[in-house]
Amino acid sequence: MNIHEYQAKRLFREYGIAVPEGHQADTPEHAGQVARELGGSGWVVKAQVHAGGRGKAGGVRLAHSHQEVSDFSRDMLGRRLVTAQTDSAGLPVEKLLIEKIYPIQSEFYLSVLVDRVSSRILFIASAAGGMDIEAVAKDTPERIISLRIHPAAGLQSYQCRKIAFALDLAGAQIKALEAIMRGMYQLLLAKDASQIEINPLILTEQGELLALDAKINFDDNAVAMHPDILDLRDPGQEDQKENKAQQFGLNYITLDGNIGCMVNGAGLAMATMDLVKLNGGAPANFLDVGGGTTPERVAEAFKLILSDEKVKAILINIFGGIVQCDIIARGILAAVKEVNVAVPVVVRLEGTNAEAGRQLLAESGLNLIAETDLATAAAQVVALAEAS
Amino acid sequence: MSILIDKNTKVICQGFTGKQGTFHSEQTLAYGTQLVGGVTPGRGGDIHLGLPVFDTVEDAVKQTGADATMIYVPPFYAADAILEAVDAGIKIIVCITEGIPVLHMLRVKAAMAGTGALLVGPNCPGVITPGQCKIGIMPGHIHLPGSIGIVSRSGTLTYEAVSQTTRQGLGQSTCVGIGGDPIHGMNFIDVLSRFQQDEQTRGIVMVGEIGGGEEEDAADYIKAHVTKPVVSYIAGQTAPPGKRMGHAGAIITGGKGTAAGKIAALKAAGIEVVNSPADIGAAMQGCFQ
Repeated sequence: MNIHEYQAKRLFREYGIAVPEGHQADTPEHAGQVARELGGSGWVVKAQVHAGGRGKAGGVRLAHSHQEVSDFSRDMLGRRLVTAQTDSAGLPVEKLLIEKIYPIQSEFYLSVLVDRVSSRILFIASAAGGMDIEAVAKDTPERIISLRIHPAAGLQSYQCRKIAFALDLAGAQIKALEAIMRGMYQLLLAKDASQIEINPLILTEQGELLALDAKINFDDNAVAMHPDILDLRDPGQEDQKENKAQQFGLNYITLDGNIGCMVNGAGLAMATMDLVKLNGGAPANFLDVGGGTTPERVAEAFKLILSDEKVKAILINIFGGIVQCDIIARGILAAVKEVNVAVPVVVRLEGTNAEAGRQLLAESGLNLIAETDLATAAAQVVALAEAS
Repeated sequence: MSILIDKNTKVICQGFTGKQGTFHSEQTLAYGTQLVGGVTPGRGGDIHLGLPVFDTVEDAVKQTGADATMIYVPPFYAADAILEAVDAGIKIIVCITEGIPVLHMLRVKAAMAGTGALLVGPNCPGVITPGQCKIGIMPGHIHLPGSIGIVSRSGTLTYEAVSQTTRQGLGQSTCVGIGGDPIHGMNFIDVLSRFQQDEQTRGIVMVGEIGGGEEEDAADYIKAHVTKPVVSYIAGQTAPPGKRMGHAGAIITGGKGTAAGKIAALKAAGIEVVNSPADIGAAMQGCFQ
């Protein structure tokens, strides 16, 4: 689960991570007022969306008067922001963060995350902050420092010092960096964050370390343990269909193609999409109804796929393990009867009671094509989508 | 022979009296697994499915001599269940539970280091040695005792590989679903090394998917240590890049994790990589002709 920058910075303050003075606003007038209350002569207006790459997309602007703060806010609010990390529709801007501007001496990169390779919590830092950090990592990996935390020992001071020296910090700044790293580590553990990223972390000309940006991802498997974090969720930043799918225990992702796919199991779902592509087609979605799915879920999945107008043909691929194919076939038939299906549907049932399932489909008199072979099913659905 | 489990393996079920535990224990018994009891705290002394229920794993091990466990407890309690099994001296721990918080697994993994216990999963279909012992949720009837070792990160895609090798008449020595979670127990190499040692296993199917770097590591391992033919399929060749915020994930993976990268690494190691998941069985058969 993702949260907004202004929410992340509120959590940062709670955990002793220094952030710029600022406040969120949801109208241009409010934004101007926030700037007045903050004082000073320069402010940054930041669009609050669940994606990176805002700066290049016009979602971060520097204002030099209260009027400019209001004007920029008016430009951004109510629009959709398209960045390199969003799809072509972008994300709605409903809130802004207005912050004071600080004179910057240097910019760093600092993040902490759960590393699957080492099964450890990992800090990553670089003196090359503010730049395209992925390019830095790729082209000059020696400029990236990473260190692992042993879960029994926890974060040690020497580890913080190691990063501080690598970033050329001195004196009180070393302790300040340690406070920030300890805050990040505690926050990650306390709230089951999977990743906390500060890019950039700045050293001001006054020698102060500040988290200029804040991105936090939370472990979806753990958020139910943290009602305070769940409260920060903004459904407006999430895909409506994906949210609806989640309510029914379906894993759904919208894609650009025209072949609707319904599969049980994530691996098989990806494999089915691969086969569609291999046959020259394009999937309209990724949809995993779960390894042990039910007829009800299949019916909901069907409706979800049909709500997408791009869909020209549907491929259902179910490997009945514990779940029996005849039961799945009944779910499909119930859904087809309930919603009006105007597109061809290819159904590949395999596994437990597959024969009985195929027979039910064949005898239904509905526009369903039953297949046994995975490759043939994929080829057929692509041909049908092209023909329509 | 087979790997990890066979007809002599004595299995208990943690989360025995719950809905999932009950259903899959019934299936397991029907398959012929030596299920010797189960654990549900507070229900010790009960009889469930004709088998004794214990309050603790320690009691269960003392009374039954169990050497393997299958875990169906809910996600927030699964880490506790795994560590209880480790503490009781169980050597094969199969955790089916999906949705365990990653920080729980991080602690479990650190705590298990040096204990000698093996964890399969979590978020996996389990382990089966066809005709002898089934620990998990896979449909038993699609399997056939035979010569192919199957190791996979995905559930239903494993069944696909199983049914194809069954149809080819090759059958399976042992199938291990290592699970799809970022932090999990046994990895590809842990399983591949055992298949290499196992006399019954003549060929290996390795089913991977996008994300992480385990397939790349496995490719290096196979090149150096595995002499048996290996057929591989990587799911997610056409998957769109996941929605993300920030860069940290991309920095640590350093180019690893894409299907193209994995396939290139496997091919460079001399492994036959099939483009279509429908070709796994035929490709394996082809290795023996």
